[in-house]
Amino acid sequence: MSRKITIEPVTRVEGHGKVTIHLDKAGEVSQSRLHIVEFRGFERFVQGRPYWEVPVLVQRLCGICPVSHHLAAAKAVDVIAGAGTGDGLTVTGDKMRRLMHYAQFFQSHVLHFFHLVSPDLLLGVDADPAIRNIIGVALQHKDLAVQGVMMRKFGQELIEVTAGKKIHGTGAIPGGVNKNLSIEERDRFLKGADPLNADKMIEWSVAALDLFKDYYGKNKETVDGFSHFPSNHLSLVRKDGALDFYHGGIRAVDSEGNKIIDYADYQDYTNIIGEGVKSWSYMKFPYLLSLGEEEGWYRVGPLARLNTCDFIPSPLAQKEFEIFRAHTNGKPNNMCMHYHWARIIEILHSAEVIKELLEDPDLQGTDLVATGERKDEGVGLVEAPRGTLFHHYNVNEDDQITMCNLIVSTTNNNVPMNKAVNFVAKAQMSGQAEITEPMMNMVEVAIRAYDPCLSCATHALGEMPLEVTMLDADGNEITSRKR
Amino acid sequence: MSEFVSFKIDGKQCMGRAGEYITEAAERNSIYIPTLCNYKDTAPKASCRVCTVKVNGRVMTSCTTPLQEGMEIENETAEIQDIRSGIIELLFAEGNHLCPSCEKSGSCELQALGYRFRMMVPRFPYLFPVREIDASHPRLIKDHNRCILCKRCVRVMKDEKGRSFFAFYKRGAKLEITVAPELADKITDEVAQKAMDVCPTGALLRKRQGWDVPVGKRLFDMKPIGSEFEQVK
Repeated sequence: MSRKITIEPVTRVEGHGKVTIHLDKAGEVSQSRLHIVEFRGFERFVQGRPYWEVPVLVQRLCGICPVSHHLAAAKAVDVIAGAGTGDGLTVTGDKMRRLMHYAQFFQSHVLHFFHLVSPDLLLGVDADPAIRNIIGVALQHKDLAVQGVMMRKFGQELIEVTAGKKIHGTGAIPGGVNKNLSIEERDRFLKGADPLNADKMIEWSVAALDLFKDYYGKNKETVDGFSHFPSNHLSLVRKDGALDFYHGGIRAVDSEGNKIIDYADYQDYTNIIGEGVKSWSYMKFPYLLSLGEEEGWYRVGPLARLNTCDFIPSPLAQKEFEIFRAHTNGKPNNMCMHYHWARIIEILHSAEVIKELLEDPDLQGTDLVATGERKDEGVGLVEAPRGTLFHHYNVNEDDQITMCNLIVSTTNNNVPMNKAVNFVAKAQMSGQAEITEPMMNMVEVAIRAYDPCLSCATHALGEMPLEVTMLDADGNEITSRKR
Repeated sequence: MSEFVSFKIDGKQCMGRAGEYITEAAERNSIYIPTLCNYKDTAPKASCRVCTVKVNGRVMTSCTTPLQEGMEIENETAEIQDIRSGIIELLFAEGNHLCPSCEKSGSCELQALGYRFRMMVPRFPYLFPVREIDASHPRLIKDHNRCILCKRCVRVMKDEKGRSFFAFYKRGAKLEITVAPELADKITDEVAQKAMDVCPTGALLRKRQGWDVPVGKRLFDMKPIGSEFEQVK
């Protein structure tokens, strides 16, 4: 008797999504699922490694936002090394990490908006895929494409001087950082030749915001109505309620803005967040324990952050934040495409914070590392560009990792992304016999709004390796498209 | 006073002291012969074989071959470079050398030689041996995945009575470095740091402190391995 062996998924590949759409007997969409078929295994293979190795090791999860993993792990390791929970670092250590982190936000958000999203906005979601990419944008909007490249360059080079390398640096170490910022390095970014200086980055961030608002003005109905559904929202906030990407407490609000949790200590996250599993995805399904798995799912990322915080602590971004919040009368914004709006406001905020930090003489301090009493467990949280990022480690008495739990930003957005896919599938594909390319792109547009890390592959040039399968009521495949 | 002798390396006329090892004599003549197990002011061992040269047509290890008058030494010929490259590739294939997360990256001599020989991927299949890391000592970690058994730590790291802090343990393919039990308590943070510095790879690490040297200031960030000898003219 013959036997068939299937190896699936192929491991250690980046950015592969799979969508299945189930139809009922009437041909209407009954259910859609976004399957994440990647398996990485980091939580297992860091076991046994020394704890101080973790910030450098675990960031290899990702080549787009390694700084976020580097810093979340470093914050967890700070706790283990006895340096406290985010506020125990030296002033220079804290501010150098913040500069690294805000530079990461800046470059990652810029990459997403200019390289990945702008083709949809500038060329249209139904444009020919051959030109609906960054090259198409560069051909038709050269100045804008150059801005995107130069803004990303600014962010990446700032990461290099704080972390040591543009990708996978080593700047954050247990209890602090391994270098400060020299005067020469500071001046390069503060007073650098046009356009690579902080003032120009702020100017271009405002221009990017104007670009989105212009598009929004012309496509208001489409933008507002595209995958619009209520949800809870979760992020870190500063103690005074301000937006803070690096440190704070956990705040969650419901779709009406009522606080579910406020400034909760993330060392206690296991009593706040539960992690559900489904047989059809390797990605976990986090939820707020107090609301249960069915009701407790939430959004994270730019939209959620602007829905949870009370204000943005930088003047230009605060003005834009007020416009953003006024759009929904101060209530949380539940419109999927408004992720883009929120993301550009965060670009502006990052640019403002970068300038403020560069002007701060504390970055030239020499007290880089804090120490304290060694502990056996540590949790580190940061806001990554894509949302709240959890790192949790236990160590044994020999300093080896015995347990690692990671809840990455995209995982937090698992349920909302599935709902967004379902929303678009119902709107676009119900009663359709064939899946067309524009329909595929609409699904991608919904997923892309969340800037998920599974789309690392889209960061290569525009298109996510995506497979969409349509199934009838009996589970038989009707049609499938793959690219 | 030592007798001076003349010899040639790759056709270049050199001078040295009779009886000194070829490696040392080459360095004084601004010629670098790569080594991994060899260490300054320590008796050579010739365990890594990376310093292989041809002396008067015969393959020898330069770190243990005393200099003699009239030696004709082949150092950077294609044949010798291929032999050395093969040895380095074998070391990579035989262990688990994961540079991206290794603290010695940038200061690792094995990695530096990999770069020097422009190694992209070993010609030999990776063995992926199953090896544990021993973190039981309070000051020091031994990561056997990265140990190339060069015995530097055994030969260099000694207490005030000349006793080695480290020793070989087990035999054959299971051979590994161990801490001498009677001296384990004498390994302080300073001794652990020195052991880490002496180790040509990341097999020995002092505990609870990592990556304190930023990228750009690591041993081989600015100066490739061997350049300190080659640049002296």
